[in-house]
Amino acid sequence: MRIFSWITKDTNINFMGAKKLTYAISIVSFLLSVVLIAVKGFNFGIDFSGGILMEIKSEQPLDLTEIRNKLESVNIGEINLQTIGDKGNELMIRAEADNLDEEAQRIAVKNIKEVLGSGLEYRRIETVGPQVGDELKIAGSIASLIAILAISAYIWIRFEWQFAFGALLGLFHDVIITLGLLSLFGMDFSLTTIAAILTLAGYSVNDTVVTYDRIRENLHKFTKMPQEVLLNKSINDIFSRTLLTGFSTILAALALLVFGGDTLRSFAFTIVWGVVVGTYSSIYVSAVILDLFDLRKTQEASQNVNPFGNVE
Amino acid sequence: MYKLSQTRIMIIIGICLLGIFFSIPNLMPEKAASFPSWWQPVNLGLDLQGGSNLLLEVKIDDVLKEKMDSIEDGIRQTLRENKIRYQSLKAAPTNVQVKIENLNARNKAASLFRKLDKDYDVKEEADGLLVISYNEMALNELKSKIVDQSIEIVRRRIDELGTKEPVIQRQGSDRIVVQLPGLQNPEYVKTLLGKTAKLSFHLVDSRSSALDARRGMISNSSKLVKGSEGENYVLGRKAIVTGEHLVDAQASFQDQEPVVSFKFDTFGGKKFGEVTKNNIGERLAIVLDNEVISAPTIQSAILGGSGIISGSFTAKSANDLALLLRSGALPAPLEVLEERTVGAGLGADSIRAGAVACVIGLIAVVAFIIAAYGLFGIFTTVAVFTNLFLMLGILSFIGATLTLPGIAGIILTIGMAVDANVLIFERMREEVKAGRSPRDAADAGFTEAWTTIVDSNLTTLVAAIVLFWFGTGPVRGFAVTLAIGIATSMFTSVTVTRVIIATWLNKAKPTKLPIM
Repeated sequence: MRIFSWITKDTNINFMGAKKLTYAISIVSFLLSVVLIAVKGFNFGIDFSGGILMEIKSEQPLDLTEIRNKLESVNIGEINLQTIGDKGNELMIRAEADNLDEEAQRIAVKNIKEVLGSGLEYRRIETVGPQVGDELKIAGSIASLIAILAISAYIWIRFEWQFAFGALLGLFHDVIITLGLLSLFGMDFSLTTIAAILTLAGYSVNDTVVTYDRIRENLHKFTKMPQEVLLNKSINDIFSRTLLTGFSTILAALALLVFGGDTLRSFAFTIVWGVVVGTYSSIYVSAVILDLFDLRKTQEASQNVNPFGNVE
Repeated sequence: MYKLSQTRIMIIIGICLLGIFFSIPNLMPEKAASFPSWWQPVNLGLDLQGGSNLLLEVKIDDVLKEKMDSIEDGIRQTLRENKIRYQSLKAAPTNVQVKIENLNARNKAASLFRKLDKDYDVKEEADGLLVISYNEMALNELKSKIVDQSIEIVRRRIDELGTKEPVIQRQGSDRIVVQLPGLQNPEYVKTLLGKTAKLSFHLVDSRSSALDARRGMISNSSKLVKGSEGENYVLGRKAIVTGEHLVDAQASFQDQEPVVSFKFDTFGGKKFGEVTKNNIGERLAIVLDNEVISAPTIQSAILGGSGIISGSFTAKSANDLALLLRSGALPAPLEVLEERTVGAGLGADSIRAGAVACVIGLIAVVAFIIAAYGLFGIFTTVAVFTNLFLMLGILSFIGATLTLPGIAGIILTIGMAVDANVLIFERMREEVKAGRSPRDAADAGFTEAWTTIVDSNLTTLVAAIVLFWFGTGPVRGFAVTLAIGIATSMFTSVTVTRVIIATWLNKAKPTKLPIM
């Protein structure tokens, strides 16, 4: 019955030993991501870029060339056509239409409907004016930043500042590398992507907090143990939990990725990836980086000065 | 602690039963109409049931510009009446500027302007310039009044369409969100909302022709207005009666032509009667949104307080105009900033896909956790299912809106909810290894893991709260399910499994925990 019981066995992996390599991996992928984001940018959906998005469905398979030719006459700039599903009777029409204002977008939608004629089911029509798109970009960036800072502040209150620093670093690591990946694959970047990134941040820090809790506990329990050994032991102590929770979350996210439909695909992809990178970072960024500090010294020093009291 | 008090167990079971009770309506949504209002299935977002979501902006600036024009008129009049010489006078988008070089005259003018209206702010700038604008309070009041009125008019127009359960609410300072479930023709609504529908009746100025007017030969009390077919009219600047005095408007037919018949209130009817009586033989122009619809010649006095607008109407456009006139004019033009329409077909497909993903995710997670923990995995499964019911029950009870990302939130919660149990069970294993008895270890597992569970869940909750604050529509739906899921999963994974394990320990009296 318990075919996965091997996960619940104790481990003694030398996590700290690989830290030079993982530092290198983290720094390189972080920098690559920054470069990718700066150079390639994102494939913004109409939420952020503004524009027109329509999904149509027909009884018969749709002829892309014919539709493209028809749409030429609407004259709204570059139009992106993409079939949905495998039957070839569903199609997504996307036009960034950057030079169209709100009124022109409305007319464009009307014209598109006219040239495509009747007999089609319009499953989705979205128009987002250029103004709203820009506002959402700013609001999304601010929200993500606030979430990261608020989470770090919470950790600062519950732990010491070194831990908050480690968590903050881990969060930036995860968010930037995920953004880099989205840029690399040109995944659709929409409002739900922001939701996915913040969920990922929540998951990643969840993992980090569990690790930190154990580190703090062990700092009290094993007062003589060298710090590096103690960090390694703490990571091992909870490694089975890390794997179990990670697996079950990935299973749920995979179900979403495979069966959840097109709308949620990039969302689910981001979550699946987020579990992987979040698990990695809570060990190899947030936990390992703590070795830069003398945790015991600050623990003792803070006995009296921690303004929030020692919450344990 | 394994003597969990009877009351505590009762409370825990009670909460779970409540969760199940409130999620029952979701199993039979087709019968929901016959259930009481507090016992309903969860609301489906527009992305799931199909419908249109419109984000409108009230173009306050246009109204402000009009206000500035009328302030300009008032100022000109004041200056003339008091014989104050001024160099230039013009209305800007948010203020009116007048240049008066003579210092005494300027001071006198400034104090006169201040007396005109207490809402005016009169500032003196370099080169003898006086700047008149609304003070901040008056401006904010004006803006908020315009938006409030706009919402009211939008509501009336939507109600006229007979859309069921529309949601119309303000967003931010000058925006309106309109949600129309199940609407299939959003273009029509947008066309209707895109018209301000300001109606007014003006006498046609027969002294000057449109040609003269274009050359600038036009009396101060007249203005040039375009007609619906491109022709030009010279009309009296002042309206005889405006659409505010309409009490009803209906589409009807006259000589087989579609027309709009209307009815004035007492004041409007009296005024209309007077003017028509005194101007028989003149033409009366009917102006809608600065465009002349028609300008019939007055044949006789119209005294009954009602009349007919003819023009080149189709049956549909007459109907639309009647609807717009009935519901009143918008104080400011509206612009559709954003539209999201989802067809009912796609919504249904999304629900189906979400349900499939949910069931498969559930099976996968449950199979995995049983494979990892055996009997304790089964206990966890009970907690996972209770959690699902609690989530659904709370979402239904508080009348939250379930969106597609919200369904994703539920599925993710299934995966993440086992975390607390994993933490507890792993803790138990450690305690057993440290030499404790199964009973003590189980006890310690719950108490020792508790802080970790709280800390780790609260951080995710922080992310969910930020998302709720940032997001609109579907994303907000996700934040709500995520936050509720965090709360309920903390409850079920700790309390429900605790009751089960306590009962099991008391009944089975094991010598060894099955997770070892």
